[in-house]
Amino acid sequence: MLDPTHILINGVTYASWLFLVAVGLTLIYGVMNILNVAHGSLYAIGAYAAAWSVGEYATTGGPVFVDYALLLAAALATGLVLGPAIERGVLRWLYDRDEIVIVLATFALFLIMEDAIKLTFGVESYLPFRPYGALGYIEVRGIPFAVYEFCLVALSAAVGGAVWFGLNRTRAGKLLQAVIHDREISLALGIDVTRMFVATFTVGAALGALGGAFTAPMISVVPGIGVEVIVLAFAVVVIGGLGSIEGAAIGALLVGLGRTLAVNAMPELELFVVYGVMALVLIARPQGLFGRAEARKI
Amino acid sequence: MRRDGNRTPGGRPAIPADRTVPGLAAAVLVVLSTWWWLPGWAVNMLALALANGLVVLGLTIQIRAGLVSFGQALYYGLGAYAAAMLGHFAGVSDVFVMLAAGVAVSAGVAAALGFLMARYRGIFFAMLSLAFSMILFGLLTNSAALGSTDGFGVPAPTFLGFAPADNARLTLFLFALVALLALAIACAAHRYLRSAMGWTGEAIRENEVRAAYLGAAVRRAVHVKYVLAAACSGVGGVLTALLIGHVTPEDFVYWTKSGEFVFVAILSGTGSVAAPFVGSLIFELVRSYALQYAPDFWQILLGGTLLLTILFLPGGLWSVFRAKRRSGRP
Repeated sequence: MLDPTHILINGVTYASWLFLVAVGLTLIYGVMNILNVAHGSLYAIGAYAAAWSVGEYATTGGPVFVDYALLLAAALATGLVLGPAIERGVLRWLYDRDEIVIVLATFALFLIMEDAIKLTFGVESYLPFRPYGALGYIEVRGIPFAVYEFCLVALSAAVGGAVWFGLNRTRAGKLLQAVIHDREISLALGIDVTRMFVATFTVGAALGALGGAFTAPMISVVPGIGVEVIVLAFAVVVIGGLGSIEGAAIGALLVGLGRTLAVNAMPELELFVVYGVMALVLIARPQGLFGRAEARKI
Repeated sequence: MRRDGNRTPGGRPAIPADRTVPGLAAAVLVVLSTWWWLPGWAVNMLALALANGLVVLGLTIQIRAGLVSFGQALYYGLGAYAAAMLGHFAGVSDVFVMLAAGVAVSAGVAAALGFLMARYRGIFFAMLSLAFSMILFGLLTNSAALGSTDGFGVPAPTFLGFAPADNARLTLFLFALVALLALAIACAAHRYLRSAMGWTGEAIRENEVRAAYLGAAVRRAVHVKYVLAAACSGVGGVLTALLIGHVTPEDFVYWTKSGEFVFVAILSGTGSVAAPFVGSLIFELVRSYALQYAPDFWQILLGGTLLLTILFLPGGLWSVFRAKRRSGRP
């Protein structure tokens, strides 16, 4: 099982999944300086919404390609409903508070949504495996790999590219960069910062839900799936540098390959690798591999 | 600083008499008396609340300096595992040996990590402490020698060679030990927080650069607070392990446990060293009732309370008492 090709494939597919899960988190932090613990719940809700809609649709016996549209639709719906609700309902009251207080507020939202998920979707597991199985498998050096996971790599790359393009090559993205650079000055220049925040949080929430929705076919969707994901996403984002999209990609690759290597070589170190790297990066470069250092303010 | 507002006509600041220590002592007497008039489960819950309150006390010492640790379960878990592994591998059952080991391990690790932690503030402090606690979690869950996900059982404790004859007496001894230790540590923490070194925390939170310009050894103060908080948490971990009788990574080290401690710390506020224990007791009470009557709403209740506290009571529940007492004065 120590074939480097297999480790590489597993590592890259795992990394692209990590990136998909973490990109929304880093986007929200980059623009709003909010480390959103509730991202884990958005991931879980996306997974549940996708699993539920795919399951409902499966009973009609329709063609399978609709499943993929449903996954996407579930993620978008989750983001569009919950993103603005959370930002307008809670977060906007806290912008003048300490960064760490906002983390705690999102932790509170996380707790609330954990129970809300159980109340809405019940505690049984959902298994929306059809979109996963339908694409079949290809054999690479004696081991079958699911085509779905390769598609995930493509999706992840597409999402990363889209976010990068949106931030760097569009008018809205440029305005957003102004907001990131200086909230007050951009406000004075006539940029509607409030709208920017709502939009960013909505996009970030939708990305979190997207991660969940496209993970759903690979796992059994049960209560508590967001709990582990959020600390993993923290590790990825912190390694890359909070708020950096490129950083999240590098962080995902590091964690993805590192964890896959560890699982194959020394299973005891599986989690140690992830959080050990996180601690090391924080120690050597607190702002992350791609983050910008901040001057101390008096 | 707080007292500047109420000076007496004579010009001397009217410092209200500090009644914290006698108050705490009286409270512990009441707590101890519950053994005779509360049912066993309630006494047990009280003991657990006091043990966990020690961890929260450690957190609030750091919160006073503006530092929120999202990985305090690291030291809670180290204390608990030190006790459990002493019992499991070395056959030690003496509580005082366990306590000494728990404090030594947690304070020792904190003293080493403190050199790093003392350089970090805000979100980075929180993330680095989270990372360290998750490293311990990863090591514990993935290695069979360290008990894996099953953890260890903790042997029935003895007290300096004295083994209580029956279960009821054992519980009483343990309960008394928890209460007296909580009292001693709370009083020590109170004295520390009122010392110059203790007040440095507030100065660091308000403005670190100014505190440094005024001559405060900021990094050393943060380091000391980090170690003290870890020692408190280690004691809390040992005591909880003894009370529950079993340790697992999930219950003692996982990030949700750290989150729970932060929750109670925010709920209690930093108004007094008694606040963490009161907050911890309220938390245990609400948890056991909520799990019984509204198991589906338990986390909604928690999250809602936390959110409301953050939005409307930034000083924690304790600030309600304080505001009332203050408004009574001219």
